[in-house]
Amino acid sequence: MAFVALGPQAPVASQKPTKTGRVALYLLLPGLFYLGLFFLTPLFSLILTSLKAPSATGVIGRYDVALEIGNYGYALGQYAPQIFRSFSFALIATVIALAVSYPIAYFIGVTARNRPLLKGMLLTLVIAPFFISMLLRTFAWKQIFSNDSWLLNTLKDVGLMGADSYIIGTDFAVIFGLVYNFIPFMTLPIYASLDRLDLRLVEAGQDLYANSVTTFRKITFPLSLPGVISGTLLTFIPISGDYVVASRDFLGSTDTAMIGNVVEANFLRIQDYPTASALSVLLMAAIVILVSAYVRRSGTEDLL
Amino acid sequence: MSADFVAGGQDLELESIRKEFPGFVAVDDLDLKIPAGEFFALLGPSGCGKTTTLRMIAGLETPSAGRILIGGNDVTDQKPHQRPVNTVFQNYALFPHMSVEENVAFGLKQRKVDNPQQRAQAALEMVELQHLAARRPQQLSGGQQQRVALARALVNRPALLLLDEPLGALDLKLRRQMQIELKAIQMEVGLTFLHVTHDQEEAMDMADTVAVMNHGHIEQMGAPEALYDRPKTAFVARFLGQSNIFVGEVAEADDAKLAINFKGNRLAAPAARVQKTKGKVAIGVRPEKTSFHPEKPASDPAVNILGRGTITDIRFTGVSNQYQIEIPEVGEITVFAQNVGKSPVVELGAEVWVSWKVEHSFGLADLPTGEEEVAE
Repeated sequence: MAFVALGPQAPVASQKPTKTGRVALYLLLPGLFYLGLFFLTPLFSLILTSLKAPSATGVIGRYDVALEIGNYGYALGQYAPQIFRSFSFALIATVIALAVSYPIAYFIGVTARNRPLLKGMLLTLVIAPFFISMLLRTFAWKQIFSNDSWLLNTLKDVGLMGADSYIIGTDFAVIFGLVYNFIPFMTLPIYASLDRLDLRLVEAGQDLYANSVTTFRKITFPLSLPGVISGTLLTFIPISGDYVVASRDFLGSTDTAMIGNVVEANFLRIQDYPTASALSVLLMAAIVILVSAYVRRSGTEDLL
Repeated sequence: MSADFVAGGQDLELESIRKEFPGFVAVDDLDLKIPAGEFFALLGPSGCGKTTTLRMIAGLETPSAGRILIGGNDVTDQKPHQRPVNTVFQNYALFPHMSVEENVAFGLKQRKVDNPQQRAQAALEMVELQHLAARRPQQLSGGQQQRVALARALVNRPALLLLDEPLGALDLKLRRQMQIELKAIQMEVGLTFLHVTHDQEEAMDMADTVAVMNHGHIEQMGAPEALYDRPKTAFVARFLGQSNIFVGEVAEADDAKLAINFKGNRLAAPAARVQKTKGKVAIGVRPEKTSFHPEKPASDPAVNILGRGTITDIRFTGVSNQYQIEIPEVGEITVFAQNVGKSPVVELGAEVWVSWKVEHSFGLADLPTGEEEVAE
């Protein structure tokens, strides 16, 4: 999906190429084939599994093809708190990531625009976390936040934390980890938008009696919306399905389980494939509905 | 704020304004006064500091020293949005995410003026674009965008309107048309216009007063006719139109005239039209005031004569022919002759004498350095 093109300043249709050669269609074929094989097939298999019924033989982990729509009701009823938590966490983490990333992106894309060295260094810093596996980085935070870590001992000594309070396994730890992991995904698209921002438009705003706050609100921010929309989608969608950060092995506990953790548990531990599949399909459907509502709203309406 | 909305144009005063950038001085202690309601052009080649001057007046650059006064009020420390100034930017800088009408109403809404929509509509009518109010700027042609930018600035009735090469991106025909319209609008609204341009024809055509700028300072300022007729420096003589310039030691100087000895030829200019009367003096004449003759003209104290030379180039430019005449030991002289229906009187390679009336000569305050010729 070309998220960048979804913003309010999507170019007008006049730039359409006049000729659509047949070559372009042939070039499209490998991609279509790839998508058909590796996206549609598993999706179909997932939907099929989500409708299966327990095997008549009664063997655990064995299921027969059926049309058991009740699996969805069961999944919804059983895991409503985790579903709600997933989207709440995703929303909170996305908002925090936006608040943190926008100033970073603005600084790199606008303030440091004419200083290539500084800009290059800052961009490298934003991308640097990708050089290390996300699992390792999350694990590092687990060490930092663990109960007798240097950080917690200091906080407790200073009196900022109670002697028997903890961080790992709390909502705070999970949301913190999610925000941390997804900041680059938020920063880079916003940076790309702000880097292209024509500063003469900002000057024109100031010339037309708008102070710096109004100029930001009416000109800079609306013109960076394509980046903000891409960034929030690239953050919100993966966070909704994330299962690493919230897992008990990392920063979470059973109290912080998200859909991803439940799906994982149903698939790999309980071997309840239909419920796990139904949950996956539900997660997917919910994301599609939420995201299309969001894009439609921000795309057509003249924000602010 | 809304009180000065109805105010007409105000005067602008720059007091030894200066702008230094790392490594060079863009504007060098510039003094300038523009009376209210005047159409003033700041003319100069790119890099002469004219755009920097304009940006300082708009508040988009901070002067290193000096003061800016608009209508007698010191605005040097005011932010751009606090100044009663609007700008028509070179690239128009229209907001792409707003409709044409929203663009025009933007300034009005910021100042909380009543009925911004109606006023925006009225401004669009003035530039004859009311039927495109709902469009986005990208859907308009260059000329239309230019008019929107003009309407967006004019609708605020600023005390001072700044125009930063606003016609530069238009084709010649459209540019001439917009020049006429701009001038008409300026007379109609009575605002003070400061127009920055590198196009000398545009400046002379529209402005009441033209200031020629070079290397961060004003070389000469005055009405277009005066500037063209009596340039004071070699830069002005060559930037504003073309000039034939001759340098020589002063041979005689009295109350009536000054004459130099130019490689054995006596070239004179009226005393009222010279800037300098001692040492080496440059005397110039416009190519259209110069004529050539197949025979040597009779010697006359009221006429300067140079020759004999050869016609090395004839260029047909429509309204006139341009002749290049090479005179041994003297150099190249350019002569313009109107195309008044006669076939060319001379051919390439013909031998001719060049002459012009002494009263058309002008004497410069400086000597040509050769740099002017490469100037834009």
